[in-house]
Amino acid sequence: MSTVPDPQRSPEQPAHRVDKQVEVLERVVIRFAGDSGDGMQLTGDRFTAETASLGNDLATLPNFPAEIRAPAGTLPGVSSFQLHFADHDVTTPGDAPDVLVAMNPAALRANVHDVRPGGTLIIDTDDFTPRNLAKVGYATSPLDDGSLEGYRVHALPMQSMTVEALKDLGLSRKDAERSKNMFALGLLSWLYERPTAQTERFLTAKFAKRAAVLEANLRSFRAGWAFGETTEAFPVRFHVPPAPAERGTYRNITGNAALAYGLVAAAHRAGLPLVLGSYPITPASDILHTLSGLKRFDVTSLQVEDEIAAVGAALGASFGGALGVTTTSGPGLALKSETIGLAVALELPLVVVDVQRGGPSTGLPTKTEQSDLLQAMYGRNGESPVPVVAPSTPADCFDAAVDAVRIAVKYRTPVLLLSDGYLGNGAEPWRVPAVHDVHAVDPDISTDPNSTADDGMTPQFRPFLRDPDTLARPWAVPGTAGLEHRVGGLEKADVTGEISYDPANHDRMVRLRRAKVKGIEVPDVTVDHGGQEHADSDLLVLGWGSTRGPITAAVREARRRGVRVAQAHLRHLNPLPANLGEVLLAHERVLVPEMNLGQLALLLRGRYLVDVISCNQVRGLPFTSTEIVEAIEDVVAGRVRPTPRRDAR
Amino acid sequence: MSTPLGLPTLRSGTADVPSLPDGVRLGKKDFTSGSEVRWCPGCGDYAVLAAVQGFLPELGLRKENVVFISGIGCSSRFPYYLDTYGMHSIHGRAPAIATGLVASRPDLSVFVVTGDGDALSIGGNHLIHAMRRNVNMTVLLFNNRIYGLTKGQYSPTSEVGKVTKSTPSGSLDAPFNPVSLALGAEASFVARTLDTDRKHLTQVLKAAAEHRGTSLVEIYQGCPIFNDGAFDVLKDREESVARLVRLEHGQEVVFGAEGSQKAVVRSASGFGVEVVGLEEARAAGREPVVHDTRTADPSLAFALSRLDEPTMAHVPVGVFRAHSRPTYDDGVRSQLDAAREASGGTGWRAGDDDLEALLRGGDSWTVE
Repeated sequence: MSTVPDPQRSPEQPAHRVDKQVEVLERVVIRFAGDSGDGMQLTGDRFTAETASLGNDLATLPNFPAEIRAPAGTLPGVSSFQLHFADHDVTTPGDAPDVLVAMNPAALRANVHDVRPGGTLIIDTDDFTPRNLAKVGYATSPLDDGSLEGYRVHALPMQSMTVEALKDLGLSRKDAERSKNMFALGLLSWLYERPTAQTERFLTAKFAKRAAVLEANLRSFRAGWAFGETTEAFPVRFHVPPAPAERGTYRNITGNAALAYGLVAAAHRAGLPLVLGSYPITPASDILHTLSGLKRFDVTSLQVEDEIAAVGAALGASFGGALGVTTTSGPGLALKSETIGLAVALELPLVVVDVQRGGPSTGLPTKTEQSDLLQAMYGRNGESPVPVVAPSTPADCFDAAVDAVRIAVKYRTPVLLLSDGYLGNGAEPWRVPAVHDVHAVDPDISTDPNSTADDGMTPQFRPFLRDPDTLARPWAVPGTAGLEHRVGGLEKADVTGEISYDPANHDRMVRLRRAKVKGIEVPDVTVDHGGQEHADSDLLVLGWGSTRGPITAAVREARRRGVRVAQAHLRHLNPLPANLGEVLLAHERVLVPEMNLGQLALLLRGRYLVDVISCNQVRGLPFTSTEIVEAIEDVVAGRVRPTPRRDAR
Repeated sequence: MSTPLGLPTLRSGTADVPSLPDGVRLGKKDFTSGSEVRWCPGCGDYAVLAAVQGFLPELGLRKENVVFISGIGCSSRFPYYLDTYGMHSIHGRAPAIATGLVASRPDLSVFVVTGDGDALSIGGNHLIHAMRRNVNMTVLLFNNRIYGLTKGQYSPTSEVGKVTKSTPSGSLDAPFNPVSLALGAEASFVARTLDTDRKHLTQVLKAAAEHRGTSLVEIYQGCPIFNDGAFDVLKDREESVARLVRLEHGQEVVFGAEGSQKAVVRSASGFGVEVVGLEEARAAGREPVVHDTRTADPSLAFALSRLDEPTMAHVPVGVFRAHSRPTYDDGVRSQLDAAREASGGTGWRAGDDDLEALLRGGDSWTVE
């Protein structure tokens, strides 16, 4: 824990100081961009950590190619990290960067069109050779040909300055150049008055065993800071005051880490060991990495031979009385389908995490999408209902995971937790909960027979004798004398659990499994009318999952422009909140933005016969708030209408 | 980067499973469930079920700590007929499901029941990975060399040229030898037995259950409906004496009837083994090989497994390999124990304070 450090304190006293003006800003969007090997994700992460500890609200968008190292200096190899921070509540990583840090011509070319007019470009010029320019299709250098006229350009030889700062360390030029990202981080940290102590601590820990590399990184970082302080190129530095926040302890966290912690905290509170079965897959692997380091919390992580074995191992562990968890992305979920179906039939707790990415097939492994909703709902043979829970922000992944565990354990069912690549890799400040405030679900594992034999006296265990309220069946685990029983994928007789091919029994069991999932307690959806008490909004914008941020930003903007618009967001996709039908019918128009081609819209139409209007994009990136504002205005102005009905005759 | 694990070996497969109190013995009846057995008349599965119900009491374990997990196929109905905990799972996945159970529950004796199609076709991947990991479980692989439950298609152990409903012109693909496959996949215990030899079956299954690690037992099992007579030559008393090579640890590998005995000797090429007349061998100074199940080197066991050939002129049965090496699940648990110990936590896991420290992380800040 740290208190807010003095941002004015420089890590090294520069030789001479230039008096700088300080300009106060409400918000800034910065994008760091470079080659995949340039360390842009690390640079962004560190800048984010500094920013978080300063008390700004923030949202991040890491964006990188699926190739580990695409050919250097090419457009496909560009990796970027965008950060939006402000003195107020931030809901998106920002539509258009105010500042682009471009480490080479490819990074400039791939990103400059996103920068807002009049924005700032900080460009490392060392790689602007004719060959590198030609590689990305620049006929002339954009530094000289006037094409960057609409921006404030800072063209700096950052690579050379880094090498110069490290010249007496005896590193090869190539090794020295590798620290240029720290130079850029130092410069930007100075420019935005970010505290540096944490980054120095981080580097010291990271390179504890490699003294030369540590020294190079620290020196580059300080050189970047000192350059900002001494150069006349930056006459102004910027101050973004902290955002108001509720009392509490905060940290910065990614969605994948929050999700992993949520699972651990929920299992801890339930008193259950957690057993993860997993197979590496982008963008879910970080959950496996995190959980594999938490053995002290009774977390067993098994990296097994494939996706099917991963969910199988998790289900086997659940059969043994643990909380079985498996983590994957869309292609892996497809492979797990049959085992999830088995879990539906066995009625055992199981949490299946899908960090969604672009599809179909291998699709866009490192990019985000929400296109597995229908797979989660229906991607199994037979009538196979599975509860679906979706987090809406990186920090919310914690709460969603806790809720998924609650449902899985209480109702003895597999639960699908639908995160996505944006949530998983994105980060935001999180108010850390007290452990005793985390919901504690009672596993209620059976210890005694729950019935008597036909004689009315001999105790007997009936594995499918359900709880009348939840319809959950008892969870009796091996090692418990007197409760020996057999489960399996073949249809079972209600109550007794014997194999049954009886037509009426199957009909009953199919309906019971559905009724159980339908009856899961989920909170009503709340509608935000922008402070108005009455639902007189012209339009409801309804989303689910990671679109919450851009929808919230868009709704605020639309209201600012005078549109009466309401907002609601779904955490639970199955079952849907009991009041949802009423909420839909209370609004003349319903707009549903999704990063797919209308999967929630299909469910809503089917379930409520409500003619919702879709707003879709599948570019592998989150919505910008601008495009949702445009969709809202199109609907309100009548430019986009629901499907005409044919029964008007 | 790799790190030495320092794991224990040489414990019984049931060392951590609670046993019955002194003086209490269970019988076959205790392990028989109320479910009506529904295999075809004459099916070899009946004999294996009877043998299993017969030998389970001999393990002396509490029956609530015994678990059977099966896949899909005729033999996979097995768990329903045993009054233990059981799971009839999905096609080919039983070893994966059992892996998760075994890794988290050292106090269970876990059996996987599978067939040639379930284990070697759709579930081949899980089987080989369970064996290389050496998960402490006993796999009963019922090999009838046919798909029975789907009514008679060829399987991955059917002989080349097998004419079935799906291969009217004869099957084209060469079969797996399950014993060779298991040895190649680093299984620490590999054995073969027959449904028709109750005594041998019982001995082998007991040894398999008591082995710590993955025990793979191939059981030749007759299917009177779709592959009738596949193992007839081994059922006939005289023929079986002439053909079955009964492997015993520490014994010379010789077989056949008195007077026409044969010996398994190192082949002339120097690799593998071959079958020659015992007298002829001794005369030429070629001693029969001495079987060693415990050696780390699986070469001899593998060479013996290659004696199989389609006419079943000589069929090695018994334990091919019973080698002790660390098991996956013991390793998983010892890493967990080490982490708990290192965290200084008392009891079985870190406490609330530790969890709160984890959630806060290293870079938190406080808003007053």
